[in-house]
Order: sequence, then structure tokens, then C-alpha cells
Amino acid sequence: MIPQAFDYYAPTSVADALRLLRQHGDDAKLLAGGHSLLPIMKLRLSTPQCLIDLGRIAELRFIGEADDGSLAIGAMSTYHDIKNSALVQARVPALAEAAGEVGDVQVQNKGTIGGSLAHADPAGDFPALALALNFELVTATARSGRTIAIDRFFRDLLTTALRPNEILTEIHIPALPAGTGVSYQKLPNKASHYAVVGVAAAITVGDDGVCTEARIGVTGAGATAVRARNTERILKGKHIDAAVIRRAAKRAAANIEDLNDDLHASAEYREHLTTVFAARAIEEALSRAG
Amino acid sequence: MIAGQVSKLIGSRVKRKEDPRLITGEGKYTDDVILPGMAYFAVLRSPYAHARINSIDTSAAADHPDVLGVMTGAEINDRCSEPFPLFAILPGMQYPERWPMAATKANYVGEPIAAVAASSRAAARDALDLIEVDYDPLPVVTDMETAGDADTPVIFEEMGTNLCYEASDQAGDPDRAFAEADGVVEARMEQPRLIPNPMEPRAAVAEYERSSGNATLWVTTQNPHIERMVAAKMLGMPENKLRVIAIDVGGGFGCKINTYSESIIAVVLAQEIGRPVKWAEDRTEHFVATSHGRGQAQYVQAAYKKDGTLLGMKLKIYADLGAYAQVISHVIPTLTPSLAPGVYSCRDIGWTTIGVFTNKIPYDAYRGAGRPEAAYIIERVMDLIADATGKDPVAVRRKNFIPKDSFPYETPTGMIYDSADYDAALDKALDIAGYDDLRAEQKAARKDGKLMGIGVTVTTEVCGFGPAAAMGGLGGFESATVRVDPMGKVTVLTGASPHGQGEETSFAQIVADDLGVPFEDVEIIHGDTSIVARGVGTFGSRTLVVGGTAILKANEQIKEKATRIATALLENKLEDTLDPQLVTLEDGLFSVQDMPDQYVTWADVGSEAYDGQLLPPEEQPGLEAVSFWEPPGLTFPFSAHIAVVEIDQDTGEVSLKRYVSVDDCGTVINPTLVEGQIHGGLAQGIGQALLEQAVWDDEGQLVSGSLMDYAMPFAQEFPMFELDRTVTPSPVNPLGAKGIGEMATISATPTVANAVIDALSHLGVTHVDIPMTAERIWRVLQTHGRRRRGGRS
Repeated sequence: MIPQAFDYYAPTSVADALRLLRQHGDDAKLLAGGHSLLPIMKLRLSTPQCLIDLGRIAELRFIGEADDGSLAIGAMSTYHDIKNSALVQARVPALAEAAGEVGDVQVQNKGTIGGSLAHADPAGDFPALALALNFELVTATARSGRTIAIDRFFRDLLTTALRPNEILTEIHIPALPAGTGVSYQKLPNKASHYAVVGVAAAITVGDDGVCTEARIGVTGAGATAVRARNTERILKGKHIDAAVIRRAAKRAAANIEDLNDDLHASAEYREHLTTVFAARAIEEALSRAG
Repeated sequence: MIAGQVSKLIGSRVKRKEDPRLITGEGKYTDDVILPGMAYFAVLRSPYAHARINSIDTSAAADHPDVLGVMTGAEINDRCSEPFPLFAILPGMQYPERWPMAATKANYVGEPIAAVAASSRAAARDALDLIEVDYDPLPVVTDMETAGDADTPVIFEEMGTNLCYEASDQAGDPDRAFAEADGVVEARMEQPRLIPNPMEPRAAVAEYERSSGNATLWVTTQNPHIERMVAAKMLGMPENKLRVIAIDVGGGFGCKINTYSESIIAVVLAQEIGRPVKWAEDRTEHFVATSHGRGQAQYVQAAYKKDGTLLGMKLKIYADLGAYAQVISHVIPTLTPSLAPGVYSCRDIGWTTIGVFTNKIPYDAYRGAGRPEAAYIIERVMDLIADATGKDPVAVRRKNFIPKDSFPYETPTGMIYDSADYDAALDKALDIAGYDDLRAEQKAARKDGKLMGIGVTVTTEVCGFGPAAAMGGLGGFESATVRVDPMGKVTVLTGASPHGQGEETSFAQIVADDLGVPFEDVEIIHGDTSIVARGVGTFGSRTLVVGGTAILKANEQIKEKATRIATALLENKLEDTLDPQLVTLEDGLFSVQDMPDQYVTWADVGSEAYDGQLLPPEEQPGLEAVSFWEPPGLTFPFSAHIAVVEIDQDTGEVSLKRYVSVDDCGTVINPTLVEGQIHGGLAQGIGQALLEQAVWDDEGQLVSGSLMDYAMPFAQEFPMFELDRTVTPSPVNPLGAKGIGEMATISATPTVANAVIDALSHLGVTHVDIPMTAERIWRVLQTHGRRRRGGRS
């Protein structure tokens, strides 16, 4: 469990980090909390020549409000920060809750929201929440930067829309419309405590009890976290009752090609779990809506 | 006799005296050893489960600037005068020679191929990547049930078979029992292989003195003297030139009984490069470098009468030994039929035990070693009979118990149970659990469509090993040296080598009470073959029973001599001659009968023992005694456990709601230590029932090769354990103690398994294999139909 030798840089500003990234190109990896990267380096499955540690960049670790009223979270904010933030607890309590469900205390103390999203582990918890909560991902490059919609972010197994010269700097979570409830439900892998399957649901219900918006994110089931669009379609525009939930949840795995099939769960079981946790997440989100 | 005696410390909750040292980082584990000039080594391991080694090119590794030496398997093996010794060879058993490293053929993933010593741990690791090995992969054998078949590839050509042994025997007349039966239940039961994972992985440090030829080996072992015996033999050294040290060892659970290749490699490399060397396993390496446990396929048939009486059993047990037998690993499966009758009077049993070699890392003792497998069989059988006869599992057990007035009781398989009262333990467990209320609750839950199950077991196990006949050449004794110094303080050197059990505390309690000295005045020393008299070690829950008694025996000699010295001192004080019979030791004071004011202390006696001016002419100085003690028989702790589970019928997840553990380990020296053993034991046993299993693919690769893939339980998954005990002292040792290291592990697995199956029994489910993972239960629910969900939408 000793990684191959590497150079280590610990810049204190995003500008310096970008400069190092340009300098080292493909030889460099960005280090956030390190809970995904360091284990694979110790196994020598990943052998970067150089690590650029983002951990000392103060400007990447904050939780506040963006100009447009969305919740803004610095990419290097830890799960612990998110779980304990009064602002997150007030604005998106389900996110604070989920942060407290990730891994264990050590993981929560070191793991970061930005690291989780950029690493795009197919069984990570936050990717599902990111899809349900419609995260906007703010990045920086040497020239400028951009905002990436979460729906365009997860591309493939451990692959995102981030370019090699780009650093994820902050996450914006748009203010939830009135009448929105959010829930994240998962079956944890008993060994790693990653999600075997996890489903996040954000459901908005109007005064008339009709569902006006539904975003469902599924993690663990396929190569990337995905939205369960079939499920969302069935929910929208309806009074959601048990029958609707059943029908909608049944379709939660419908658009996932190549369900994961491994030591921890067969594809068949994952498909089933997706429907179970979709139903549970919708049920609880609904109970929190309005 | 200590049992029944009124005492001050025995039976009290003394805090562990080793803990302040261990929890403040002052422990001395093997990886803490740092020696001047110390180098590090790393081991290249086979990536193949079975492959011929055509060639090894170490030149690039040797050229690495920080590398001090590279040795291939052939080179290391050449330095050994004999292969690994085996103990307790079974009749008709065939086995391959095993040398420290694979020289021409690798037989499991992880088998050592070459070793590199370098000036840093990182450089040694880097250099491994520079060694080139040319392998020809060979067909792989992973399935224990077909390993012995004629058309299965043979791993060891010189043997011509993968069969280590096939032993059939019977007690009583099983055929008659089956002929007389009202019915027969049968099942195939799996005992998956488990990966021990003590908190501290293995490590070895070796130092070699060229001038004297003396070597010192610091190593993570449960039994330093056996380690020395084995390593010295293999290295062709006299035992007195090899010192083995294992001061603090962070758990073992059986996987640190074996003498491993790394001990041999360490000494050879230290000789070769002329510097001390260290190797420390990391967790990932542990999965493929340290023995696994369990691993049986069990075919069970049980004949019963309608009234629930178990008449007889027929067992066929396959055991997956892995690629080699080691120490006494091959004997472990034979303990399973020996203990198969459990706590029941069944007299007619037939069995076949089949030990096979496969292309997997060898297996060895793992907390319980053969007995969990036995308890699992018999406790599942009891539930199968309950199910078949429509009787309550508690009633079926009571019907079959060995009555409490039959002890000592010889089982049909030749075990002599020392003492027990199974009804008493069961009564207590049922009372704590509120069994009748639980059954009522279960009935109501089922009406609501919920899955709730109650598991009950009453089990026994064998421990406190020896005598010698039970040890196959390892020795059945334990040693103790008790030394009183001129200040009257006591030092005890024990041959048993505790590695987390807390004997520094429990032994000190025994000594303090027995000699009447303050607990704080007793120091316990263990784990150094140059300091401590030869011992056997800590395994099979033997340390307190055998090592504790050895201390009492040494104390007897100490007390005798101390009383003689005290008599001399009192005579001098009183200026009179005294009958030594009139001098007694009480509460740490030696006084003259009827003259309580006339006394001397341990400090007075200790001082005089070495000063010696007042000693009578026939008395030699010194106050130290060595005792070797071998027990006349084995001990049999027992327990009654009850588990309550709920199953999420959507996911198949099992949650453990309650766990009641009533254990009887005879005399309790320290309840806190006993409860600690039970808590840890339960965690391991429950882990086996619900989570743990080593999984291989067809190529012999360990798929569950890390803690990210091999699930062990977290504390948060357990309810608060509800513990209580009965106390039935053992007659086979003066402490009356039975040993508690393994009991809870042994009981917990069938208890939880029975609870889960009980939750599904109304759906027609009679058996489900462990581990009862969510998916496995979900699949059972798919095939056995689901009841409508109650309560929720």
C-alpha cells in the first residue's frame, strides 16, 4: 500500500493551482479529500507523476449564498462542513442529512463535495443528489471558466465533462421552489458503505396538490449516476398517491443501460432496488413537500 | 482450590492494566521495533492461483540504488534445512512438502515468489515492480467438493490426488437410528471461508549476529515458543540460538498461530545482507498472505422421532484446506464431527470428513476452529426437527439435552464434557428475552405481513487445550515462573502469550488474591523466549485455564518457601523456635497462630530470601518458582443465545433487533474481560451469519480482496447486547474456569441464522445459507412468495 513516488504541490490559490495544472498537464492529478484517489494510488492502479493538493486553497472552502439566491458551496467543502452548516440545514436539509450518511466519520471529515462529483464514482452518494437538486457546477480555467449543468456533467464511468485544464471550484444549488421536498434513500454496501443503489428525489407540489416538478437521481445502478426521467414524467402533473408512486417507481431503472453486476449485487437485484428506493425516496420527499 | 473461595479480586471488574499503555501508543508491537541500521523487505507474491514458474529475473531490482539484496524462492528455500513441519498427522493423510516460498510452481494467489530488502519500505516496494517472472498458468482447482474427483486437475503431481484425507467413522449405530426414525431432515450447509482481519496485520523483524550465530525474531505470533521451535528447525539452528519476541500483538483469532514464510525470509535476509530487516503486512496484503478460516460444505441428515427426539445423524463434511496443510490446520475439520452432538444426548452418529487441497491460500484456525462449524450443524438440525415436527425449537432442545446429573459425560464421539446445566442457561436466556412475548409479537407481526424471526441456540464447545494427547505434538501444558523480589513485589512470567485477551490483568488478579499482595505489585511478563520458560501459547481459549493454573501451582511452591522463611524471621523476632505449621499466610501477612500482632510481610520475606543472613542452614536463598502444568482434561463452556431479527421484505435486508447471550465459562475472574470477549465474539459470529465471505472467481482470484469488498460488521449494526451468565465451575482445573474466547462466536452464527430462517419459516423456508445477505434473502422471497406488505402503502 505504498504509492509510486510522485511530486506534491500544495498551492494556496486557484490561480496557482491552474498554473501548476497547465505546467504538468496529463502527469498531474488534482487531490481533493483523497478518499478515492489515494487508495487506488496505494494499489498502484493510478500512478500520477504529480499531485496538486487543493486542500490549502481557502477560497474553495465555504458555504454561502450566490448572487442569484442559490446556495453556493465551495468545491473543497467537506461532508462534515455540509452536514453541520446551518445554511444547508435550513435550505436543503436532505443534503445535510445525506452528508452525514456518507462513509464514516473519517470520510466525512476529509471527503469533499467537489471531489465526489469530479471523481464520479458510480456508487457515490452525492451524484444522485446533485441530479435531483439540479446542481450547477462552476469551474475555473486559466482563461476564465464556465458553469456546467449537472445533466451534462456525468459522461461515463469515472468520467465527467471537466476538461484536463479545468478545476471545479463551486457548486450552486438553485433555491428550491416552495412546496419542494427532498429525500435520499439507499441500500449501503455493507463493506464500503457506498450505495449499492441510492435514489434522490426532489418533488415539488403545488397548492392544488399536483406535482409540478420532479427530479430523480439514481446512483449505484449503472456506470454513472442518471436521472430517472421516465419516473419523473409519470409523477409530473399528477396528484401523487400510492398507485402513482408504484407505477412511477417501477420505471426508475428503465433508462439505465448495462446495470452493474458484481460481487455486491446482481443486475437483476440492482434493478429491483432502484424501484424500491425510488418509491421510498418519492414517498419521503412527498411527505416533506408543501 | 480457588473455586468457591471468598476472594477480593477474582470475580471483580478490575480495569485492564494493559490499556493505558496500549491506548496511549506505548504498546510495543512488532512494527514498532526500530533497530540501528534496519532495512525493510517486501515480498513478491504470485498473481496466479496455479502457475509454473519458468524463470525469475531479479537483475533490475538488484540494480535499484536503494536495494540491499534480492532473493528468489529457490534461494531462500536452499537456506532451509527442512520444510514446514506438520503436527498431528492423521492416519492415511497425504500432503505436499511446503517450503517458505514457491520455487518452481505457485499454488495460490499470494504465495511468496521472491523477496527484496532495501533501505526503505518504499524502495523495497518499488523494487518488486522491477522483478520479472515468467509464468505458465496451470488449470485451477477452487471447488472443494469436486477437488478430489478423478477428472479434476491435480495440484501436486507427486501426490497424484488433491485429497488430503477422507476419514469415515461412526459412533453407536446410525443405520439403526435411521431405521427406527419417524422422519429424516436433511440439508446441505455452507460454511464460507472467512478472512480473520485482526486489528494488527502481521509483521516480522529479524536481527542476526554473525559473530555468535544468534538470531532474534520479533514477530506477530500467538505462540512464540512454537514459532521458535518451527523456525529453528527450518533454519537448521539450535533453538537456543533463536530468540522469538512478541510483546504486544493486536489480535490473532487463530491466524497468528502459524509460523509463516516471512519469519524465515526475515532471518535469511538478515543473515544475507548483514543488517536487521523488517517486513510489515498491509491490509491488502493480509487478504492474500495470512491464513483464512472456516470453509466447509456440510451434508447433514438427521433422524428424529415425532416427539422431537434426535435419534441419529449422518454427516459428510468437505473441508477446503487451501494449497497446503500447516501446523494442525488439517485437524480442525475433524473437530466438527467430534462436537456435532452438541449439548444433546444423541448417541448414533456416522461421519465422513474429506479434507482437500485447492489453489487457495491455506486455511487455519479462526476463532472457534471446527467448533462453529459443528454448532452450526447441530443447531440448524434442532430447528429443522422443530419445523418437521411442528414443535417449538425450545421444546425440541429441552427434549434432547444431556441431563445435568450426567456430568462428566462422555459423548459418543469420545469427548468428555466436564460439567454443565443447559436448562439453567436456557431458562435464563428465555427469561431475559421474554420468549413467550416475543412469539406473540411475532404472530402479530406476521398478521401485519411483517417478517420477524426468533433464533434460539444452546451450544457447547471444547477448549482449555491440552492435555498433550489433544495437541498432536505441540505440548498440552503451560508454564509459569513466579518471582518475589527483595521488595516483596511479584513478577510472573507466563508461557502463554496473550495478544489482546487481558491476561496481564486477570493473571495479576489471581496472583494478588492467592498471595495476598496488592494488584499493583504484580507484573506479568510474556512473549519472549529468552526470558520466559517454555510455553505453548494462546489459542483454543486455553490461556486462563492452563496458564492461570500453572501460576497457582508455582504460587504453591512460593508460599511454602516463603512460609519457611517467615518462620525463620518470626523465630528471630520472638527469640523462640516455632512450629512452621503454626505460621500462616493471610491477607499478605505471615503470622503466628493466635499471635496476630506477630507478623512479617512479603517485603520482609522477599528481602530475607536474598539477604539470607537469617536463613536456616538447609535453606537456599531466592524466592522464585517455575511450574509446568498440564490439565487432566478439556473444558466445555456452554451458552444459550437468543436473537430477534426483522427482514425488510422489499430489499431482503436483515436487521438484528435484539441479542441475548447467556454464557457459562465456569469461574469468572474478571466480568469485564469476559463481557469483552463475548461482545467481540458475537460481532464476529453475527458477521459470519449476515455478511462475511471470501469469494473467488474460477481463476482462483480473491474477488473480495479488500475491506471495500469483504464486509465486516460495524458497531452501528448491532443492538445493545443483553448479557448474563450462569456459573458451572469446571472440575478439571483448580480455578474452575472454562475459557470464553470463542464461545460467543460459535453460538452467534447459528443463532442469527435460525432467527432469519424462523422469520421466513411460515413461507415454507427451512434452510438458507450464510451469509444471509440482502440479495440472498430477497431471492428466497422471490421463490417463496411474498406476503402483502402491511401498514405501508
